[in-house]
Amino acid sequence: MLRITDLGKEFSGGVVALEKVNLHMARGEFVALLGPSGCGKSTLLRIIAGLIAPGSGHMHWDTPPARGGIGVVFQEPTLMPWANVCKNVEAPLRIAGVAAQKRRERAMQMLALVGLENFAEAYPRTLSGGMKMRVAIARALVTSPPILLLDEPFAALDEITRQQLNDDLMDICEKAKLSVLFVTHSAAEAVYLSNRVLMMRARPGTIMREVRINAPANRQEGFRHSPQFAALCGEISTGLRMAMT
Amino acid sequence: MKAARMLSPLLVVLAALGVWEALVHLWQVPSFVLPPPSAIGHALYDDFASLLSSAWITLRISLTAFALAVIGGVALAVLFSQSRTVEMALFPLAVILQVTPIVAIAPLIVIWVGIDNPNRALLLMAWIAAFFPVLSNMTLGLRAADHGLVDLYRLYGATRWQILRQVRLPSALPYLLSAVKISGGLALIGTVVAEFVAGSGASMGLAWRIMESGNRLQISRMFAALLLLSLLGILIFFCLNALENLLLRRWHESRVEREA
Repeated sequence: MLRITDLGKEFSGGVVALEKVNLHMARGEFVALLGPSGCGKSTLLRIIAGLIAPGSGHMHWDTPPARGGIGVVFQEPTLMPWANVCKNVEAPLRIAGVAAQKRRERAMQMLALVGLENFAEAYPRTLSGGMKMRVAIARALVTSPPILLLDEPFAALDEITRQQLNDDLMDICEKAKLSVLFVTHSAAEAVYLSNRVLMMRARPGTIMREVRINAPANRQEGFRHSPQFAALCGEISTGLRMAMT
Repeated sequence: MKAARMLSPLLVVLAALGVWEALVHLWQVPSFVLPPPSAIGHALYDDFASLLSSAWITLRISLTAFALAVIGGVALAVLFSQSRTVEMALFPLAVILQVTPIVAIAPLIVIWVGIDNPNRALLLMAWIAAFFPVLSNMTLGLRAADHGLVDLYRLYGATRWQILRQVRLPSALPYLLSAVKISGGLALIGTVVAEFVAGSGASMGLAWRIMESGNRLQISRMFAALLLLSLLGILIFFCLNALENLLLRRWHESRVEREA
């Protein structure tokens, strides 16, 4: 559904953030973008989201996403503190001019999906970090986008919450047949979640290797403790470390 | 506990008044230097009608100037947030207006706008005093909106107007409310300063009562006018504080009750 060829991006000041990035994503695929901080993975995600213009190269969508056709979750939950959870989830629909009654119904469905239907009237500051992230995911899904971009969404969460959210995210994406690009700096997270791991290198940021994860789509907690999982994590970590030196 | 918190300052004030009264009598301080509290109370009672109408004049000018300062400051800040060029062109002028002491430009203002209508000169001076904090804080508040949220809104194709209404203005609200508390007090100060400078014109606000009492050595009446003036200031502050509480209590960190 998306094909990127020879994409480059240079920021003013001469910093080359990305160089010759080649990437493709198929419908319904879960792709992890893995790399050390500063390798340009966030920049790549922001270019795909349409927040930054690409410098050079091509970005081709099979069907160009309409307004609200891309769901994005940032590293921070970026919620509006003055609005309750439901209003936060409604925001994308409000921008699109959807009627109040209808957008509320839709927001409540999304909250049920992430398990927060009882917190619709709560204000963000009363929620835990994990719950805030769930609200951000519900908001990203509220326009029913075919593609979801996540920029290290769980990096600031504790390990237990993070694993729980990983499982829930996989569930949701599986059910909705979403295509997902998941930026992370954790090899284990990348292996656990994705069909394919794209490993990035810094200075200049580029994709250096691709690792296919041939594991069942519906992964159980057991996968985390399988020899296959350990082997894949080991292979990827070694690859990343070698690229650093 | 709550009763004690309210009661203790009251007791301190009462005790201070008692000491004041006793010392004035004991040392036989002439009443044109320092009248006892009882004489001030008496003056307040005797001249209540005229003092109250003066207080009303001062309050009316202050509130009008304050309202215009808030409207003008917010409108200009919104304009600044939409165009960097306008901001760079106009902000220095606003700063000049702010740093020049009002007392220094007061005679000019009185000549320019106050000859046929002194209240207009008072209004303008109070406005100048109250305007800048609103402009400055509101500009900061509009700019301090969460960049992630602004990005998110752009991603969904929000218009500038939607971003302003749904992201920037709510983000700026705490900044505006804290500026408004400062401006409310400054509007009152500006009015009083302006009344002093404009002199005994057609306007008979509280500052004019103070000057008049001073000239006639009616010091207890002067104290009574002063008392009303501080009551006005306290009233304005409490109203604005209550407004801030009302608007922010549900979501802003500054209003969150925490367990000790």
